[in-house]
This record gives sequence, structure tokens and C-alpha cells, in this order.
Amino acid sequence: MTATMIRVLIAKPGLDGHDRGAKVVARALRDAGMEVIYTGLRQTPEMIADAALQEDVDVIGLSILSGAHGTLIPRVMRLLREKGLERVKVFVGGIIPDSDIPDLKASGVAGVYGPGTPTADVVKAIRDAQGTPQPG
Amino acid sequence: MRRERRSPGNPLRMPTLTERIAAGDRRALATLISRIEKHDPEAPAILGALHERTGRAMVVGITGAPGTGKSTLVAALAGAFRRGTAGHPPRTVGILAVDPTSPFSGGAILGDRIRMRDLAGDEGVFIRSMASRGRLGGLSHATDSAVRALDAAGFETILIETVGVGQDEVDIARQTPTVIVVESPGTGDDIQALKAGILEIADILVVNKADMPGADTTFESLCAMLGLGGGEGDGWKTPVMKTTAATGEGVDALAEAIHRHRAYLRESGEGRRRERERAEADLRERLRERLFERWRQSGRMDLAEMARKVAARECSPEEAVEELLK
Repeated sequence: MTATMIRVLIAKPGLDGHDRGAKVVARALRDAGMEVIYTGLRQTPEMIADAALQEDVDVIGLSILSGAHGTLIPRVMRLLREKGLERVKVFVGGIIPDSDIPDLKASGVAGVYGPGTPTADVVKAIRDAQGTPQPG
Repeated sequence: MRRERRSPGNPLRMPTLTERIAAGDRRALATLISRIEKHDPEAPAILGALHERTGRAMVVGITGAPGTGKSTLVAALAGAFRRGTAGHPPRTVGILAVDPTSPFSGGAILGDRIRMRDLAGDEGVFIRSMASRGRLGGLSHATDSAVRALDAAGFETILIETVGVGQDEVDIARQTPTVIVVESPGTGDDIQALKAGILEIADILVVNKADMPGADTTFESLCAMLGLGGGEGDGWKTPVMKTTAATGEGVDALAEAIHRHRAYLRESGEGRRRERERAEADLRERLRERLFERWRQSGRMDLAEMARKVAARECSPEEAVEELLK
């Protein structure tokens, strides 16, 4: 089991102070057998990329409700590339207008999940991205 | 690693992970810790090659019940070491923060970084969260190897924050030369402290959240309890210190006490004795693992079948072991 352990960094970039959704996802990923590094509120893109490097994560989940995704996410993606972490898959959750999704995906984001997404879908998307089969 | 070309004269040769870690490459360090955790078959050789670079860091274990403020204290201590204290220049800091693995899913939520955000962006700090992955006693099986990786990468101080276990922190005492036990007001009466045996493993006792009501009572009962111990002779006298990690109050003094303990270990010869003890315990464990593995690979007997027999009362565990070793 340890050989295929998936490590996920969950972070909230920017200034909004609402992390209920991020916590729900963190809990769901733990219950799916992943190791979740939860970094808390108000993370800068630099803090997120640096934590991803030190923790050697496979996946980053970013939760943004503030509307600042258009500037914050491309910065995270650029920093990850600069650090040689382009293999890390980035998923975004929160309030993201549909019209912004193509731009986020173009910047390298692997998936965008809005409110109401069943946590099982997120778990499956992460497992698929890591090439790990669903158990059972 | 072995596949890489090793000829030193070849300018196109990729540096090995070992060389990159020795050169302070943070990404290489992160990769090695992951390989250790995953039992990667190449990890032992890399660690072995780094062994001669280890033994220089000041290694400190921080343990105590959940909610006593260990993470905040570790962050504040790291800050104090980075700034330097009255008697000591700034030092680089590596942090290993261990949180529990869920026994049900095997997953974990590692939340210690939340309290360490002030350290972000400092190249002299490296923080790694580790899940206990089923190991009891507050540490992960990989902690010891991860300490060596940080040590080899040149981190001068290594702080290990254990799972908040409360009553069985023996692991940390075995693995680190200096052990800090953190208490806070209102976490159990003094009998709890006695029962847990923490007084025996603590090199420094800390009453954190010293600004909260009841802190003085906790402080005094710990002092009294240490007084009961008696008979420690001429050795180290465990100090009880008050801190308020959230404001930084008392943290520099704690950092100084850690330096004092390290000096004591060096001058008394106790440090070398502990290091030998630690190495012996480590060798025993490795030997046990390897012998078991060798036995398992010999494939002479089916462990599961034997377990069935024992559970069905067809034979005793004692007889089973004799049988399995035949």
C-alpha cells in the first residue's frame, strides 16, 4: 500500500477566509486512503509551490472562492514549472465561472470542480490522474 | 542511481541524488524522503553513501499530548534558531512533523504546516510532514532515516514533532539526543503525568500556553514531581520552563536550554553513550527485519496457515513458533 501512497497538498490561495469546502475534500481524500497535507488559509503562490516541493506531493488541490483564480492559479503553475514540478497534477475547486475554465486548463490545471461535486468524483479524478485503480 | 554514468571526468554526467543532497538541493532531499517512505530498494544505498555526512545536526524531539501546542512551539523554536539567540548564531532548521495515519483508511491529514506559515519562504528551513503509517509510539518508521537525510543535507538543527500520543513516547527518547515534553494547563492531573512516564524521558519539560489560567499550578506540580524523582546524582537536572509559543514568550530561553543540554551531552560523554545506544537499537531492529524477511523468503512454512491453527486452538503459539523455525 505504501508503495502507491498518493500525497496531496490542499491549499487556499488568496484572501478569502472560508475553508469548509477545502476541509471536506481533505477529509474525503484521507478516507480514500491518501495523505493530505493541509496548509490552511491565505497561502501565497510562492508558499504553495515551496510546500509542494518540500512535501514531494503528487497532487495539489486549490480552493478559491474569491474570484482571484485568474491571477493566482497561473502564478502557481508558473512557479511549479520553475521548480521542476510539472509532473504535479493541479486540481481547482471553489467558485469558478464556466467561462474561465478553458483558460485555467490551458495554464495546465488538470481539473476544475465547482460546488456540489460529489467527493467521490474528486477521489476518482485524482486516482485516474495517478494511474491508481479504484479499489474494490 | 546505479544506472547513471559515474565517470567523474564526464561533464555530461547527471549528478547523483547523493551528490545533489550533499550540495543542498532541496528537491533531491524531498525525493529521498519519499523514497525512504516508499521502501524504495535504492534508498538504503543512497542513505549509506550519505552516512559519513551525518552526525553533525542538533536533533531535538518535541512530544506531548494533543492540543498542548506542539506545532506552534516547533514553529516558534525554529524562528528562534533562525534568528539566533543571545549566546548562539543563527542556524538552519529542518522540521519533521509526524501526524497519525487513520487506522481505517490508511490515509492521513497532516496539518502541522498550518502553524508554521511564518517560516514560509525561508531557504534555511525545510519542513516535511510525515504520516505515522501505523507505527505506534508517535513516530513513523521512516523518521530516523529522514533525520539522517536532513542531517546530510546540512540542516544544523532538526526538530521532530511527534504524534500527540500522550502515554507512550518512548520512541522519541530512543531516537533523539534531546527530548522536550510539552504540557499545557488543564490537560490532566499530575497523576497522568506520573503514569505516562514522561518525566523519565524529558530532558526539558515545557509548560506551554503559560498565559492561560492554571499554568502556574501545572508548572508547580511538574516541579514538585521532578523533585520527587531524586537520586539523579550529578547528571542533567531536567528544567521546567514556561512558554507562550503563540506570542514567542519564553521561546528564546527554551532554545538556549536546548543548546545547554547539547553542551552537557558533549561534555559528560552522555551524548556518545546515547548515540551508541541508539545505533544498537537501530541495528537490532534492522537485523530483526532482515532475519524475518530471510525466514519468509525461505518459504518453508505458511504463516497464515499456522495462525489459523493457533486461532482454532489446534496448537499453541509457542508450539507454532517452534514448528515455523524448524
